[in-house]
Amino acid sequence: MTEISLMPQEQYDRLQQRNVADVKELWDLLDEVKDPEVPVLTLWDLGILRDIERDGGSIVVTITPTYSGCPAMDNIRTDVQKVLNDAGFNDVTVKTVLSPAWSSEWMSAEGRKNLREYGIAPPEDADLDADGLTPDAAALCPHCSSRNTRRISEFGSTACKALFQCDDCGEPFDYFKKI
Amino acid sequence: MSDAIKNATLEYATRLGDDSVVLGHRISEWVSYGPFLEEDIAYGNVALDYIGRARMFYTYAAELADDGRTEDDFAYMRSDRDYRNLLLLEIPRGDFAYSQVRQLFADVYYSLVLPKLLQSKDETLSAIAAKAIKETKYHLRRSRDWVLRLGDGTQESHKRTQKAVDQLWGYTHELFDMDKTEQLLADNGIGVDVSVLRGEWHKRVSEILNDATLTIPEDGWAVRGGRTGYHTENLGHMLTEMQIVHRSHPGCEW
Repeated sequence: MTEISLMPQEQYDRLQQRNVADVKELWDLLDEVKDPEVPVLTLWDLGILRDIERDGGSIVVTITPTYSGCPAMDNIRTDVQKVLNDAGFNDVTVKTVLSPAWSSEWMSAEGRKNLREYGIAPPEDADLDADGLTPDAAALCPHCSSRNTRRISEFGSTACKALFQCDDCGEPFDYFKKI
Repeated sequence: MSDAIKNATLEYATRLGDDSVVLGHRISEWVSYGPFLEEDIAYGNVALDYIGRARMFYTYAAELADDGRTEDDFAYMRSDRDYRNLLLLEIPRGDFAYSQVRQLFADVYYSLVLPKLLQSKDETLSAIAAKAIKETKYHLRRSRDWVLRLGDGTQESHKRTQKAVDQLWGYTHELFDMDKTEQLLADNGIGVDVSVLRGEWHKRVSEILNDATLTIPEDGWAVRGGRTGYHTENLGHMLTEMQIVHRSHPGCEW
């Protein structure tokens, strides 16, 4: 039986945003820009690219940070500017908004898959504990798909990740936290 | 926005920015000194959350001030007497137990303050709170776990953790003080009335200290002054280190 995949409303609305005629090519262009810390995720996949507006020759790109102190934001801003400048758009403003606060729910299905293949467990690969936080065990190992894993640290290589270790294959791995 | 409200909001955003940058810097002093690698990284991440918070508050303060200053001017070009942070946050990091006890006091405090700030009629303050709440949940779980582990640990770790609790307790009263500026904002649904939060803070902290086999201190002495710019000597030393590069090379970019 073929599984019918249901797309959450939020994802659907985001996809519709991309199809507005005068900005479609800009969304496609910005698919080149990757998160500098997780180079398999585009800004779109990560859900931090919120909006692109075009008024004649001037373009306003709206992004939102994942975590308050995310040090990648400055790079991301520069990268967005550069990709659009290189494509001949000179009047580009990159605007940062805080609200609504970024949620890992905004990550695209493609992004989640790429993340797992890259060796980082995506948010849905662990069930949250009773407090709604990262559990202390049983995140799915992206290397060998075992659930026999345990949390080593609340915070991993970046603020958005926690560190786990797999007790079957022995490998440590990052888990992208659900927030 | 009336001038009185605007000025009060500017002051408030600056205070919250000062709190965040001072604690963020203190935590960052642990980087490369953590008891083990994962813990070192964890502390670095918590520091980043606070420094990020400071940037958001200062950016908003600069926007309200509208006098050409930027977030950097707020962080790097003001001296200790201009800083309005809570004293608890500027005390030197001490040993690991000391830092974790301070962190627990702060984390429980923010877990009470931020949900109130989320209700603020000021959209920017509310948006910053929305981001910070999610992060604080993780901070609190970590500081609580450490205080439990150290308090209910070895004789030595228990002794040091209790000492930290006793030494820092007197700085916690200031967390719940209100002055005219904050009262005006609270009355207008913009700021948080922190004066009503001490009971709940005391209850939550006491539960954790009890579980950690630690003794809850009597409310004997209290130190105040951060919100009026009267700091301990420590803040000046900290700012000297934090600001030296920016002040020595004004306008430098790399």
